[in-house]
Amino acid sequence: MSGTARPGSDSLGRPQGLRAWLDAEEPRSLRQARAQRAWRGWQAFLGHRLGVVGLVLVVGLVLVALLAPWLATYDPLIQVMDERLQPPSAAHWLGTDHLGRDIYSRIVWGARTTLRIAVLVAVIVAPIGLAIGATAGYLGGIADEILMRVTDIFLAFPGLILALGFAAALGPGINNAIIAIALTAWPPIARLARAEALTIRGSDYIAAVRLQGASRTRLITRHVVPMCLPSVVVRVTLNMAGVILTAAGLGFLGLGAQPPWPEWGAMVAVGRQFMFDSPWVVAAPGIAIAVISLAFNLFGDALRDMLDPRSM
Amino acid sequence: MPSVSILPGPRARRARLGRLAGRTVSLALTLLGLMALTFLMGRLLPADPVLAVTGFEVDRATYDRVFLELGLDRPVWQQFLAYVGGIFQGDLGRSTTTGQPVAVDLLRVFPATFELALTAALVGSLLGIPLGIVAAVNRDRMIDHIARIIGLAGYSIPIFWMGLMALLVFYAKLRWVGASGRVDVYYEGLVPSRTGLLLVDSAIAGDWAVFRSAFAHLILPASILGYYSTAYISRMARSFMLEQLGQEYIVAARAKGLPRHAVVWRHAFKNIRVQLLTVVALVFAGLLDGTVLVETVFGWPGVGQYLTRGLQYNDMNVVMGTVLVIGLLFLAMNTITDWLYRRLDPRTR
Repeated sequence: MSGTARPGSDSLGRPQGLRAWLDAEEPRSLRQARAQRAWRGWQAFLGHRLGVVGLVLVVGLVLVALLAPWLATYDPLIQVMDERLQPPSAAHWLGTDHLGRDIYSRIVWGARTTLRIAVLVAVIVAPIGLAIGATAGYLGGIADEILMRVTDIFLAFPGLILALGFAAALGPGINNAIIAIALTAWPPIARLARAEALTIRGSDYIAAVRLQGASRTRLITRHVVPMCLPSVVVRVTLNMAGVILTAAGLGFLGLGAQPPWPEWGAMVAVGRQFMFDSPWVVAAPGIAIAVISLAFNLFGDALRDMLDPRSM
Repeated sequence: MPSVSILPGPRARRARLGRLAGRTVSLALTLLGLMALTFLMGRLLPADPVLAVTGFEVDRATYDRVFLELGLDRPVWQQFLAYVGGIFQGDLGRSTTTGQPVAVDLLRVFPATFELALTAALVGSLLGIPLGIVAAVNRDRMIDHIARIIGLAGYSIPIFWMGLMALLVFYAKLRWVGASGRVDVYYEGLVPSRTGLLLVDSAIAGDWAVFRSAFAHLILPASILGYYSTAYISRMARSFMLEQLGQEYIVAARAKGLPRHAVVWRHAFKNIRVQLLTVVALVFAGLLDGTVLVETVFGWPGVGQYLTRGLQYNDMNVVMGTVLVIGLLFLAMNTITDWLYRRLDPRTR
């Protein structure tokens, strides 16, 4: 199929708006069909008000993380001993911690840590889960049996416990925490990709490609994986709230980002000793964690409802 | 529930035996896999497993001795076999911080966690099941929205933070509950330990002062954990109930003129009991996860606190042993749940 119809004109060259192109009854090209599907999905998504709230908050996190140097009012690492444990004021919007550091600025910079964990875990987990799941589902038989058995073993531990164990073995630090979380987060993705691959395996187009002499690797990477991708992306989004909570838990136990670098879970842990006299030290970072995981929950729920209305 | 026996022929019996054998083999393989994972944590991942045991300031002779004691001169598969062999004899290694075998330590701290998790699961079921069902029956009305908010909060608020906030309000400000530990210090060790559950033990001994103190300490961590189970259980109960309410037999029962509560509780509820049982069992297993953070916040002397102490002091035997035991418990709960589900739900036969 050739992409003759471009935004702004139809195949006869009549000028049309982008909106008309997107709303046209019959798509005239693959690109238009794809754009229309995305457009309709977006409109359906706008109908989920809470999902939109979630998306806005997630975008907010990304913006705060990107603009941290401009949004922060102080250097997040600078210690001013004369201003220890100050309550929220005009100078320090969320107060100061036990080393006189500005909590608002630390939360703004902490958004980078959280975003970094979320993005890297997603980037590690999605390909691993896809590769293992699609291979197992497509090949079936003994390969499926072995791969799924390994997946089950990882699923046999409660998530946080396994992440704790790996983080402890690898040693504290943010990169090790990311690896530890990724190690515990891939199995559900693999299971999902496998289920998708199982249904794709028997379809006619796969048989057609196979008859053309495509290799197994080509079949899996070019024809099975792309079909599994959408549901995997949704699932990774849905799991992101859990990932952020696990990361915060690891940080709280001292296994995440190391001081003095700001990380929300670790900020709660450090503030504990001063909590009874200076509750703001603990309150603010906790609220930040809760808001972001709530955002991912709302966004993920809306995505799931759109794709699978049965699970309401 | 009396089991309906459709006389099993020899072929059916053989098929059942086959399934049983298959399940046993897969369970055994999973067990081996669990051990392989904890082995990986303790012996393969650390840059230097010897330093993980001894700490950094160690002289050459001690280093060499520990190196040999750990069997690091042997091939990895032999080390793994030795590790598995040890586990089957109840040997999880010795803790470098308490100086006790990890298995002994775990037996000592387990009852505290069990008491906490049991109370939390009880709270979660008693609140979560009715909440979920009422929410399903009144879909999209006020109570449904409230249930949804409770669920979302439970899925979003970090449990350790909620614990700290609860301490701030109910302990520091209101003075309603006790602070850390299972009981006030001056009551410790007063009642003989029969079950390990302090509430039960003090009740048996008739020592109500200890009972009151233990209750005041238990109530807050148990409620926090229970809240998270409520969030999960009510969500599941709601979706199970909605599924039932959409069925034709419900319409038939309503058409027959049965009042709504009778339809819900006598018909629909009966059909989701088994599913709910599974969920409660899974929640109980999942509580092992939350308990690590809650015990740290409340200074509850259980498995979770033992694990986090081990983490702080880099006591790898403690970490490996505790992770493995929690994995085993989790696996056991899941297996029992599976089995119960198949026993109780005739549709799965």
